[in-house]
Amino acid sequence: MADLKYKVIVGLEIHVQLCTKSKMFCGCAVEFGAEPNSRVCPVCLGMPGVLPVMNKQAFEYAVMVGLALNCRIPMFTKWDRKSYYYPDLPKNYQISQYDLPLSENGYIEIPLESSQTKRIGIIRAHLEEDAGKNLHATGNFSQVDLNRTGTPLLEIVTEPDMNSGAEVRALAVELQRMVRFLGVSEADMQKGHMRFEPNINLIITRGDGEFRTPITEIKNLNSFRALERSVNYEAQRQLDEFIETGIVMEMGNKTTRGWDDEKEVTVLQREKEEAHDYRYFPDPDLVPVELTQQWLDEIKSRLCELPLKKQMRYVQEYCLSDYDAGVLTADRSTADFFDEAVKAGGEPKRLCNLITQTGLKITKEKNCSINDLSVTPQSLADLAKMVEDSIISAGSAATIFEAMVETGKEPDVLAQELNLIQKSDAGELEKIVDTVLMENPQAVEDVTSGGKKEKKAMGFLLGQVMQKTKGQANPKVVSEILAKKLG
Amino acid sequence: MARRIDQQQVRKVAKLSRLDLTDHELEEFTSQLGAILEYVEKMNKLNTDNVEPLAHCLPVSNVFREDCVKESIGTERALANAPERDESFFKVPKILDDGSGA
Ligand SMILES: [Zn+2]
Repeated sequence: MADLKYKVIVGLEIHVQLCTKSKMFCGCAVEFGAEPNSRVCPVCLGMPGVLPVMNKQAFEYAVMVGLALNCRIPMFTKWDRKSYYYPDLPKNYQISQYDLPLSENGYIEIPLESSQTKRIGIIRAHLEEDAGKNLHATGNFSQVDLNRTGTPLLEIVTEPDMNSGAEVRALAVELQRMVRFLGVSEADMQKGHMRFEPNINLIITRGDGEFRTPITEIKNLNSFRALERSVNYEAQRQLDEFIETGIVMEMGNKTTRGWDDEKEVTVLQREKEEAHDYRYFPDPDLVPVELTQQWLDEIKSRLCELPLKKQMRYVQEYCLSDYDAGVLTADRSTADFFDEAVKAGGEPKRLCNLITQTGLKITKEKNCSINDLSVTPQSLADLAKMVEDSIISAGSAATIFEAMVETGKEPDVLAQELNLIQKSDAGELEKIVDTVLMENPQAVEDVTSGGKKEKKAMGFLLGQVMQKTKGQANPKVVSEILAKKLG
Repeated sequence: MARRIDQQQVRKVAKLSRLDLTDHELEEFTSQLGAILEYVEKMNKLNTDNVEPLAHCLPVSNVFREDCVKESIGTERALANAPERDESFFKVPKILDDGSGA
């Protein structure tokens, strides 16, 4: 077995819940945590004789994602029924899209380690309605809550272009950041706004040829951690199985597995034969959607600079580290705030430090967005400029930033009030320097006589001046005065 | 003429639709469905080379609603027709596999 090599092949299906106020085909509110079966009406309950009407916002959100995924957006798209018998889907079919999805043939760039990116193909992205929730009560019955039924879901299907659990995770994280930037989904994992189904197999090369293991699909993963771990587990399991049995991929031997979060293993799910005979056909209750160029252009105009592109721009244009650029672009409000502050004249690196080291610490404590801090990008840019101009020290800037959040006052006002303005007035500083020189004849001696101790003594004298001014002296100016007096 | 559909296929379609047919019904529906398919078969004689596939029978598109919340009917009315309920939930026979479709 020494010459055995293998490659993991993973494609991903992702369901993303769009953040419309109302459901896809009726006016019921989309609301997490409401009383069970309180956000339902005859349409989403699947009563006979009702007529669904498409939510325009959901369609436009879906097109925005399609565009962001570099997909082709056909001008004509339609709705199909997917037959499915399940108590959480009271109509016995799901409204979805089959042969004419609203977007196809795109790609997404995902960040890999060391600032590299990888392009993953997108086969299609289409809209469909979500099902309700089954709760497994004790005893011989299940409980059904139909509040979620009819919530707009975007299903995104990638090409099998990923080759590790880490890559699959990177795609999922990038997609989350993207839909949040676009403002089309909260993408809150805890609320099930993103669900993943990876398809995995291996290409194994051995002395006697190349083999493909049977594909397995892991159902309903709803955390990045479970996604990554289940893919890694499944790859190893397939390798072990192949070595033991030699079973290879053939028609009809694809299986479905579930993920046991506690034991961290995948478990075979037995499914009835014929379970996937969906018998799609066009939904006669819903008319097709025809885009015009003007409408498409209007939707396009709502796109923004996407997070990965922004992150790379920060690294290239502003020389920020990849890590810092990633922190700034983790959510749209922070990135927008940073962009505005740079536009207002702040030095990017300085702003980045203020935002990532102080701003985000505060927003985390307060559990809010940077926009909620009553500090404008202009004020933060002013603060950054005060450091650049040596009016305040970098350390004081953090203190002033915190005070700005507390008081809503401008940085120059606070610098005065908190007595944090660096003393740069040469006359005043000269007097203090003279006092220090008088009090420390030994250090003065060490400096003037030159030699080994000079540098250390100079540092000591500078430190004494800073101490006397409670850190408010501009160190650059003090150094100049010291050099002049002792030189 | 060959039969368009046999009992085996009707049994499969019935099963997919969760219909429990008697032997008599099976026979009856097989011949009825066969007659329908035979009728539809006539369409295949037409030359459709230059006809666009039809996605919908109405010459209408783009019927939308704005994203506005309307009042729902409330839990009590939603559950009024349910054969069984468990507090605010519909109560159904235990669902064995967990692979919901959506
Ligand atoms: Zn409804």
